[in-house]
Amino acid sequence: MKLDAKIPSGPLESKWDKFRMNMRLVSPANRTKFEVIVVGSGLAGASAAASLAELGYNVRCFCFHDSPRRAHSIAAQGGINAAKNYANDGDNVYRLFYDTIKGGDFRSREPNVYRLAQVSGNIIDQCVAQGVPFAREYGGLLANRTFGGTLVSRTFYAKGQTGQQLLLGAYQALCRQIDAGKIKMYPRSDMLDLVVIDGYARGIIVRDLISGKIEAFAADAIVLATGGYSNVFYLSTNAKSSNCTAIWRAYKKGAGFANPCFTQIHPTCIPPSGEHQSKLTLMSESLRNDSRVWVPKKKGDNRAPQEIPDSERDYFLERMYPSYGNLAPRDISSRAIKLMCDLGYGIGPSGKGVYLDFSESIKRFDVEVIREKYGNLFEMYERITGENAYKGVMQIYPAPHYTMGGLWVDYELMSTIPGLFVIGEANFSDHGANRLGASALMQGLADGYFILPCSIANFFATNQMKRYSVDHPEFKKATEEVTTRINKLMSVKGKRTVASFHRELGKVLWDKCGMSREESGLKEALKQIPMIREEFWQNVIVPGSSNGINQSLEYALRVADFLELGELMCLDALERKESCGSHFRVEYKTPDGEAMRDDEHFAHVAVWEWQGNDKSPKRHKEDLVFEFIKPTQRSYK
Amino acid sequence: MNLKLRIWRQKDSNSPGKFVDYEVKNVSPEMSFLEMLDMLNEELTLRGEEPIAFESDCREGICGACSIVINGLPHGPQRDTTVCQLHMRNFKDGDFLILEPWRAKPFPVLKDLIVDRSAMDRIMQAGGYISVNTGQAPEANAILVSKEVSDLAMDAASCIGCGACIAVCKNASAMLFVAAKVSHLNLLPQGHPEKYTRVWRMIKQMDAEGFGNCTNIGACEIICPKNVSLNFIAKMNRDYGLALLKGTYDKVKS
Repeated sequence: MKLDAKIPSGPLESKWDKFRMNMRLVSPANRTKFEVIVVGSGLAGASAAASLAELGYNVRCFCFHDSPRRAHSIAAQGGINAAKNYANDGDNVYRLFYDTIKGGDFRSREPNVYRLAQVSGNIIDQCVAQGVPFAREYGGLLANRTFGGTLVSRTFYAKGQTGQQLLLGAYQALCRQIDAGKIKMYPRSDMLDLVVIDGYARGIIVRDLISGKIEAFAADAIVLATGGYSNVFYLSTNAKSSNCTAIWRAYKKGAGFANPCFTQIHPTCIPPSGEHQSKLTLMSESLRNDSRVWVPKKKGDNRAPQEIPDSERDYFLERMYPSYGNLAPRDISSRAIKLMCDLGYGIGPSGKGVYLDFSESIKRFDVEVIREKYGNLFEMYERITGENAYKGVMQIYPAPHYTMGGLWVDYELMSTIPGLFVIGEANFSDHGANRLGASALMQGLADGYFILPCSIANFFATNQMKRYSVDHPEFKKATEEVTTRINKLMSVKGKRTVASFHRELGKVLWDKCGMSREESGLKEALKQIPMIREEFWQNVIVPGSSNGINQSLEYALRVADFLELGELMCLDALERKESCGSHFRVEYKTPDGEAMRDDEHFAHVAVWEWQGNDKSPKRHKEDLVFEFIKPTQRSYK
Repeated sequence: MNLKLRIWRQKDSNSPGKFVDYEVKNVSPEMSFLEMLDMLNEELTLRGEEPIAFESDCREGICGACSIVINGLPHGPQRDTTVCQLHMRNFKDGDFLILEPWRAKPFPVLKDLIVDRSAMDRIMQAGGYISVNTGQAPEANAILVSKEVSDLAMDAASCIGCGACIAVCKNASAMLFVAAKVSHLNLLPQGHPEKYTRVWRMIKQMDAEGFGNCTNIGACEIICPKNVSLNFIAKMNRDYGLALLKGTYDKVKS
């Protein structure tokens, strides 16, 4: 596998300009001759589909929801970063770049992250022009707030529903191009395989979720914008149907999978309430702007939080990280919360929880101010837990939330399969080993609005490819493979439900490849997961028929892929013999318990190449070169 | 707690449907309503029966996928709450619940509790956007929007497109859904240039899809999980009236 990141030479500030200057273009008249398939209609997919169509390309966009507006980007709460420096607090492109590189614990590519920071301002301009109702000051100008891992206010927001409003903006742009006839939308369509001919991505195989029909689609380029794989843990903050199938199938067709073990555990989620729990709910990081995190100083203190005086509370984030305090980055905050709970200071029936305390802010401002900023989050908290957080506290615990790992892409966002582009959370690109808050929306839209629509032209202009119809034998073969997989699942007729396997896998991963990892646990997981997978294929029940709507079948196909991906995550975690960002190996820590990187041996992206069902995947390296920032021990103290 | 459920079962849009009775036992008050259905579905699967098909995704009340009528009320008895956020502590032991899909002519049932809501997407495609290509935008702070207008637009924009307003309306009217989008965009200065063509085209599409008309009952506003106000319908009617007077009809492609 050749890993050429194709990074333009020259100064950091001018790499993106240089790329655009030197890239080959496709004339407006010729663009109408190209067909592009976009899979996924979240922030990255919808914005890419719309922007490509505006440029003149013919686009087909696929999503498994009944409407493109329901993609999981919609659930993002807190905000989107941009280096506008509207707050006049010393922000600039370089600082956003620096914060993101440092936040990612020096495991991302400098030029990609710099470009992200460069286009961040354009994203806000674009969204405002589309009618995204960002929060505003009384003078009519845009408002900002702070977020974790930064010391400036650069986060734009729309109440606690920023993802919803940005997605509706992209969805509206998509609707406009559907109306114009430039995009054909295929809702309720699940991509189940990628078709590669002569080394180029040439099409996809899709199951129509209403009729159950398996169909093939051909194109000149395929764009995967299918999101992350946190649901591999069973319990996560992702939507129930979020899955890894599209990127996993592409991996099995030759796309490199980068850093699969980099999974983010978000510190502030509502703790699970019992075995029935189907998913976890995030409470936005923005809440940490107006709250303090604490546990009682005395173990097993059962008093109501309001009755515990200040002197008997341990504000442990402020104690451990005085300069960032409650706004320490996610990986660090999550680990601190876990540490306090593991030491026995946790609250709640399971001891797995800490307080997020708003009482000071409520006293200092007014309940109404808090309600205006976070009203929807407080209401959601009350609906789920039955508790009124306006009284002062929430109980929170970390949960899987985002995956920095994903398919490897070069500077042009193309995977190791020519013609297969990967954008948004589905790729591995910009967040290194840990993502900062309010950066996922920024990256999804940067990829979709500004980077891919530009870089795809270079691919079209420099490759002379033949166009194949879906009658080509490779399409027939892939269709048959998908049909065989479905028939096999339907015919097992075993004794265990799909969910029971998913729960079992999730528990193994959460215990052994979650917030902290160690060699012995990972090795155990690597034995357990193949056993779960084997039983799955011999003992799963998928009721009903494969013709027509069958949600059990949809779920079974997704879990079958999670059962393979989980193993790769553990393998990657085992091989990365260092701690960095979200990847915390207990064997590698500083004397005060922080993650200890090993830049000498692991300052690289680990890229895995599929070798076949019976062989271990091969690990490749893309060395990370830090020309402009010197990696340091990350400190938020 | 134990519950009795009467649930609409329908194989596909071409087959007739019917109610089937189920019992669920040992429901925890901490469960969400959909987790209760997940539990029932696990049992049905283990018994070799087909589970009940229903839609849900984010389970945080924002994606708008979930859509179940409980005892005649879309999204169930709790105000300002989607069915995915409804928790079982709102019910008591022995309750008898009737579960149905959204009922409206433009929403054909696809299976059990799943309906086809693509008509709402088609209305959006008929002008529910601001025409700005990527890259054309001016500097964000060049457009001043007063906080009052921006907040009001945000209230309208908080619609999740679930269709509960249509399911509860005796006329199966989509006015609240359409008014929310028209108002969101028409209130903002960015949306002004297309104000009249937008309202004209979206209402035309709404009628073409077979949604009924508004007779000012107000059930939509009460059932809306996001509290979208009926005032937006009044605003939309005003914009529509002005569009008529301005002769927008002649300027819009048919």
